[in-house]
Amino acid sequence: MIEVRLFATFRENRGKKIQVDAKDGNEILEKIDIKKEDVAIFLINGRDGSLDTPLKDEDIVSIFPPVGGG
Amino acid sequence: MEVKERYKKNIGTITEAEQESLKTKKVFVAGLGGLGGYICEMLARMGVGHIKAIDCDVFEESNLNRQIFSTEKSLGRAKTEMAKKRLKEINSSISLDIKNERLEEINSRELINGCDIIIDALDSIDTRLILASAAKDMNIKMVHGAICGWYGQVSVIFPEDNTLKRIYGDKKGKGQEKSIGNPPFTPALVASLEVAEAVKILIGRESSLRNKILLIDTLLQDYEVVDI
Repeated sequence: MIEVRLFATFRENRGKKIQVDAKDGNEILEKIDIKKEDVAIFLINGRDGSLDTPLKDEDIVSIFPPVGGG
Repeated sequence: MEVKERYKKNIGTITEAEQESLKTKKVFVAGLGGLGGYICEMLARMGVGHIKAIDCDVFEESNLNRQIFSTEKSLGRAKTEMAKKRLKEINSSISLDIKNERLEEINSRELINGCDIIIDALDSIDTRLILASAAKDMNIKMVHGAICGWYGQVSVIFPEDNTLKRIYGDKKGKGQEKSIGNPPFTPALVASLEVAEAVKILIGRESSLRNKILLIDTLLQDYEVVDI
């Protein structure tokens, strides 16, 4: 299972930390219903990641939306 | 030198010498909306000697929920005009350079020239990237802040960093705030944190938010600093 940490608006109706069974970032987004174009930052184990990078059990993925108001 | 009575409650938090040094500092505040109003208010009260700020909007009714310089009487008036009036009333000993101007690629470098620090109070991702690029070229440190509903974020960017590119990637325009609004408390909170970081940099103390982002969630009251 992949630990998915969500931030800001992505937490709404999903929670802050969830476990998802997925092979890569694309599958995570699909399973938790987040559009690719709504993602500003995607980190794998705290480092810049690609949605296509294969994930392994116990990886930690953090997903952030763009926050731009002022 | 005796610290002015009006700054006495700053002392202890910062030293008398640090307070004195703030008099000589010039801060550029990009935007006079939700964040920028509170930021300028706090800089004036803190005793930062020179405040330069820009905005090109007038106050609208929908600003009244959060923008501290907006009042019912100010609707339709330039944000810069109300900012000048308010800041002069708060602290007549500081110099103000507040311009009704839009920040663009073409004027960005000239606008920030000579400033000791830049504080981001903008409301668009594209303009933030223009500002960050100008800050890099002009070798000026920048404090980034942004808000969105219950959420906010703050980071400190040195000229050699590329933090905003990392935060926003290839995103443009508005963030998620376009659909979930901006209440009164997140701009006040994020503005306070931005000013705290700016003051630390101005007086030569270390910032804890360089190459990091403070992510604020006032719904869960969850605050997290993430390496970026």
